[in-house]
Amino acid sequence: MMQSRSWKEYLITHMVKVSGYSAIIFVVMIFIFLLREGSATIIEVPLKSLLSTRWYPIEGYFGILPLIGGSIIVTIGATLIAVPLGVCCAIFIAEIAPRWVREILKPLVELLAGLPSVMLGFLGILVIAPAVRQILNVPTGLTAFTGAMLLAGMAIPTIVSVAEDALDSVPRTYRDASLAMGATKWQTIWRVTLPAARSGVLTAVMLGVGRTIGETMTVMMVTGNAPVMPTGLGSLFRPARTMTATIAAEMGEVASGSVHYHTLFFIGIVLFAISLLINLVAARIVFRQQKRAERILS
Amino acid sequence: MRMNNELHITKPRIVFLAFFLLLLIPSCARPPDNGDTVSSSSGTIENKGSDTIVNLALAWAEAYQQVQPGVRISVTGGGSGTGIASLINGTVDLANASRKIKPEEVANAEANGINPVEFIIAKDAIAIIVNLENPVDRLTIDQLSDIYSGKIDNWLEVGGEDRPIVRLSRETNSGTHVYFLEQVLRKGDKNDETLFSPDTLLLPSSEGISAEIRQNPNAIGYDGLGYVTDDLKVIAVSAGPDGPYILPSAESVNNQEYPIARDLYMYTAEEPSGAILEYLDWIRTAEAQAIVKELGFVPIVQ
Repeated sequence: MMQSRSWKEYLITHMVKVSGYSAIIFVVMIFIFLLREGSATIIEVPLKSLLSTRWYPIEGYFGILPLIGGSIIVTIGATLIAVPLGVCCAIFIAEIAPRWVREILKPLVELLAGLPSVMLGFLGILVIAPAVRQILNVPTGLTAFTGAMLLAGMAIPTIVSVAEDALDSVPRTYRDASLAMGATKWQTIWRVTLPAARSGVLTAVMLGVGRTIGETMTVMMVTGNAPVMPTGLGSLFRPARTMTATIAAEMGEVASGSVHYHTLFFIGIVLFAISLLINLVAARIVFRQQKRAERILS
Repeated sequence: MRMNNELHITKPRIVFLAFFLLLLIPSCARPPDNGDTVSSSSGTIENKGSDTIVNLALAWAEAYQQVQPGVRISVTGGGSGTGIASLINGTVDLANASRKIKPEEVANAEANGINPVEFIIAKDAIAIIVNLENPVDRLTIDQLSDIYSGKIDNWLEVGGEDRPIVRLSRETNSGTHVYFLEQVLRKGDKNDETLFSPDTLLLPSSEGISAEIRQNPNAIGYDGLGYVTDDLKVIAVSAGPDGPYILPSAESVNNQEYPIARDLYMYTAEEPSGAILEYLDWIRTAEAQAIVKELGFVPIVQ
């Protein structure tokens, strides 16, 4: 009996360990796969052509800058919309709303996260794009901004859910102390609760942004997919083509092993690198914040 | 004791799984070689290719069930290039294409021991569509080329209102896109290097194009005549600079007046025989060509 238990323990410990390592192994394997399929681009396509601003692969134009720019501008737009809305919504749910409202609101917001992106895309084509065109008086409603709005809609549930958990886990005593010292409810939220939950809120924001940069379907349906080089914030209201939409739209038809195929994988590498960079920066900020918070509180 | 019990539960499962996998093996294999061994009234025909043709091919496959119940035809889309690539790889019997096979594709096929045979199965006209509110109702090929290459940026320049032009196109992987590039933007000139203006919106589906044009008076788009609905305005097109301007229709395509029309093809891997030949013969009957008309394409036999 004893033996069988220790044997089981051993098995379970190792299974948990393998599961833990598997995340790393998968990421490394995916990266190796991307490198294998995409690195040939650097030899096949001259750097000058790769860094040009014209993407028209069926005629041999492989400039990926408009695609990177498109992804960045859509992501920035989505972040600008989603972060204030999401964080404020989390604050409302965690700090202001009465118990019963909170118990209805939170599951509802989390339900939003389950909406299929194709459905959001149709909503975008049929409702949001026409509205954007008429309200903003732009030539077409299929713009980076339309995509950003829908992506914000997808990121907000994630941000609200994670940020609300973080705010909720701030000890009651912090708030009580602040209120006892004569701070108003708003001052308590802004100066005490939010800073105390900072790392959790930041994680929420990063998860939300991570979701927007990788999203494909919605973006492909509503941003117009024109590979135009963005020149500033004004480009937010013009069509854009993101890296994800390019890969999704073109991968199905491309001849395996061709220059175009390798370049699509190269775009995948760039996307991977950008996501990694965002995560690294976020991890660094969270780490630094935590240290400071510990110093202040000790 | 418990361990023993668990073993007893897992064992039949593994056996079952192995059995299930065994069942899967034959279904992975290719059906017996087409034509030669298949009798004339039974068998499976794999049909794949152009998204333009996919609805037509499906309707044909369905109708053919009544004619020849023993023959099963499975139809998939994916684009002309995909269909021809599958034909070259030997995974389909019939490839649908909305363009002629390219010389390099023929070379690839021959390297694989396959000699594609071409059949014209229907005709398709590409309709130029705008919003119902747009007063413009005719354009020349030159004007279309200038609009799509970005030389003309305002509807005023082609006799319309003072509005910016929003150009809509299918994605670059669509056979319709390539045809439009070659026949309209480059006017059929092989040495012409004209490209779509970079701000051309590339939409992944016909539906995306119709949806945008329906609500946007600035937009211009193109699509197969089969996909044009009543809530879109079709533009009359002229090949030369001063007309005649022709609206696309079955008549104007078949007597070759409408300038942006093309043949639709099916390719077989070799001279067809048996079930495939019967199917291709049936496609070119008046009965099958009536379906072509129903779907908005142009029949080759009236």
